[in-house]
Amino acid sequence: MSYQKSKFHHPRLPVNDLGLTYRDYEGALSTLCAGCGHDAITSAIVQACFELSLPPHQVAKMSGIGCSSKAPNYFLNKAHGFNSVHGRMPSVTTGANLANRDLTYLAMSGDGDSASIGLGQFAHVVRRQLDMLYIVANNGVYGLTKGQLAATADKGVTNKTGELSLFTDIDLCVMALQLGATFVARSFSGDKKQLVPLIKAAISHQGFAFLDIVSPCVTFNNHASSTRSYDYVHEHITTAAVTDFIPVKKEITSDCQAGVCEDVCLHDGSLMRIHKLQADYSTNNAMKAINDIENHKQKGEILTGLFYLDPNGDSFHEINNSSDTPLNKLNQDVLCPGNRVLSSINDSFR
Amino acid sequence: MSQICVTSLPNTCHSVNDFVVRFANTNGTGSASANNMFAKAIIRMGIPVSAKNIFPSNIQGMPTWYEVRINENNFLARRGGRSELVVAMNAQSLADDIESVASGGYMLYDSSRALQTSEIRDDIHYLAIPISAICQKEYQDPRQRQLFKNVIYVGALAALLNIEFDVLKALVAEQFRGKDKLITPNIYALELGYQYAHQHFQCPLTLKVERRKLINNRIMVDGNTATALGAVYGGATVVGWYPITPSTSVVEKFASYCARLRIDPATGKKNYALVQAEDELAAIGIAIGASWNGARAFTATSGPGISLMTEFLGLAYFAEIPMVLVNVQRAGPSTGMPTRTQQSDILACAYASHGDTKQVLLFPQDPFECFTMSTQAFDLADQLQTPVIIMSDLDLGMNDHLTAEFSWDDEQNYQLGKVLSAKQLDELDDYGRYLDVDNDGICYRTLPGTHPDKGAFFTRGTSRNRYAGYTEKSADYVENMERLTKKFTHAISLMPAPEINQSTKRAKIGLLFFGTSSHAIPEAIQQLKDHGLSVDTLRIRAFPFSDSISDFIDVHEDVFIIEQNRDSQMRTLLSNELSIAPAKLNAIANFDGLPLTSTFVVSHVLEHFAKQSSATQVG
Repeated sequence: MSYQKSKFHHPRLPVNDLGLTYRDYEGALSTLCAGCGHDAITSAIVQACFELSLPPHQVAKMSGIGCSSKAPNYFLNKAHGFNSVHGRMPSVTTGANLANRDLTYLAMSGDGDSASIGLGQFAHVVRRQLDMLYIVANNGVYGLTKGQLAATADKGVTNKTGELSLFTDIDLCVMALQLGATFVARSFSGDKKQLVPLIKAAISHQGFAFLDIVSPCVTFNNHASSTRSYDYVHEHITTAAVTDFIPVKKEITSDCQAGVCEDVCLHDGSLMRIHKLQADYSTNNAMKAINDIENHKQKGEILTGLFYLDPNGDSFHEINNSSDTPLNKLNQDVLCPGNRVLSSINDSFR
Repeated sequence: MSQICVTSLPNTCHSVNDFVVRFANTNGTGSASANNMFAKAIIRMGIPVSAKNIFPSNIQGMPTWYEVRINENNFLARRGGRSELVVAMNAQSLADDIESVASGGYMLYDSSRALQTSEIRDDIHYLAIPISAICQKEYQDPRQRQLFKNVIYVGALAALLNIEFDVLKALVAEQFRGKDKLITPNIYALELGYQYAHQHFQCPLTLKVERRKLINNRIMVDGNTATALGAVYGGATVVGWYPITPSTSVVEKFASYCARLRIDPATGKKNYALVQAEDELAAIGIAIGASWNGARAFTATSGPGISLMTEFLGLAYFAEIPMVLVNVQRAGPSTGMPTRTQQSDILACAYASHGDTKQVLLFPQDPFECFTMSTQAFDLADQLQTPVIIMSDLDLGMNDHLTAEFSWDDEQNYQLGKVLSAKQLDELDDYGRYLDVDNDGICYRTLPGTHPDKGAFFTRGTSRNRYAGYTEKSADYVENMERLTKKFTHAISLMPAPEINQSTKRAKIGLLFFGTSSHAIPEAIQQLKDHGLSVDTLRIRAFPFSDSISDFIDVHEDVFIIEQNRDSQMRTLLSNELSIAPAKLNAIANFDGLPLTSTFVVSHVLEHFAKQSSATQVG
């Protein structure tokens, strides 16, 4: 069931540039377990979209199947959503995006949906450089079917029933980096301070943005032997850099100090201000990012933050040289060549 | 020198404009374009022709055949049986090819290698031309030596069969327009063959063509090209696809027409987007995503792709998303015979996906209908908000067929179905995606981005109430499923009606068929008439079925359903959907992977009556 929230709200709730309040970006009441990391992601998405003053109806919420894929129902009520089939959200989003390049595609998937059944679709949508934000709510476990291990679970951990994870985990950030994603980041559902600017930057980024969010499953993967529990993640998280998102119009109040701070200008003119926490941190070296991720993993740490950003890469429609007018807005007079052309085509078959 | 001259056999085949020429080649040697030129030359002389490419699932080095039937009665199905003239250019298949010559017929072969005694039949004529030796002498380049072999035998056939040489010359000039320096050498090669035949054989043979005026406005084209062109005219802008024989050329042709016809003149940008996807799952996912967002979209595939697409077909059925799927059927099951034809996905498509699903099917019979049904499929999908599957087949899709020329009514508007604009939403007090406002089972949809506050909903494959909210209430679920049934029944009124040919004095026998099986029917009717049997016919053009099909079955005493699959799948579908007693429908099932012949139909009808009468006698 989905329960709608009350529309009643405080009369002096702050409004954004569109005159909308935070409440205008909310969705139905979540039916996920109390304390689910995914609800924190939902709340970060709501905040990010509100702060970006994104017209909610200009967003298309895309998902597959699983707990994570239910989440789009819980944010942006005024946006259309598409809860497709398991592992196939990337192809549906590809089609949707080809049809209308003007919308913002905000996709929510999970570790089963993307790292197992949908691994092929995940890989190919990255290659295709589709202009979208692809979020994976990564809890290392299948929630809706009650606790089976996911392909992102670390080798050697056990699930709640004690089943051992026998095989090497799949790191979707590493794959995205290898396959040419132009925005790759990892965050933690419990770190809203890091998460919100990353979501804002990822939405503003033109091109394929991938955001892997460690999002503990309170019901099936929050036990002591898990490496995706709240306690474990809190204790083992390492952050490469703290990122601020500075929208186009906002005045930049402080200087960026060379060596510890870097500004990256996104396609729409907004800035990502990155405060480096590690001296050798950079956002333009995918191979180094892969190394850093793997090195931290060896130490039992989860590295988070923005791993890679190429603000100038071409996305699908540039590569395809698609019409600037969305294809779904083209009328019959543009699409249909008419009978005169057809009779000359007929002549080619005589 | 020719080994055997052309006069002495008592039963020599004689014919003007009614015979079959079979070319035996090796694939990858460029024979297809020469053979095609041969067929086209005869059409240019006003004589009806059908051409069947019987090719292997291979790129180079395997035997391949091209069968040209010339028939001025317009009997253009595959005739079957042995051919009056065989052009045997492939040593690998020579023994079989010699066997495939009709008694009293001719075999043209490359006599650069002498025939073995075992290869000499005493009831056929041998036309020996040292083609390789001629090429060896005339050309230096190995590729030319290969390619011009084909052109030389076409030149020889022109002399042997009385094909007008100027027609061939004109075809060469057209084929190589823009590559003009190839024209002269090709005409020279034609001349080599032509002259050789004239010098060594009595030309023309007892088989020959004579100019007629029987083509009228018809064109010669393959069904896949027609389907692709229909998609361009139907306004398709997004295609997801994965290569699979025999559907690949649907998308390739779509791409090439779009590259000519769908480029914005001002900006040079594309008014279309094509994605070669990672698999068929993604291919159909792309089409569904695009259609959900209001673009016309399609994908094309064949058997194995259909299997992979069925989960998504269920989603599109249940979530009510329009889309067009072109299924160019081939011989299954599994990988089956990928380069042979069948109509064996009827049930897999009609009921594609788990749960209670029913899909809308269209059955084109020729390239003309591939074009019209392809344009129509986009209207139907939008009007019905459901997938529409065009059930073509390999014979239709990949072979050239003589067909009515394409036409488009410039006054005709796309039927985009029930899609609400922002203004319409503003005027509504109550919007529910699955509210059956018009009581036809078809509800109003909205497209993402239409209105800032109204009309947004969550599309899902889970059960939902009228307002698109998730529900597990049985009453809501049942209501929704019943509405889908209502919509499917309503669809009948929009479907192309069956084509019924019923004489004023009703015949006892009724033949039902669909798709390419229709090609054999005019000839079968003629042959049955010769046996004293008159028949009425009904060609099924769509599923869901019209009531007129039940009526036709009811009023005929002996009903045959003719199809190209082992299990008589259409018979099952008819029995199931129209509650017809299976015993009422006699199955005629051709499933050898080759296009149906009239002989097959007639022999089964006659066999049925023979059995019936012997049963009566015994009784």
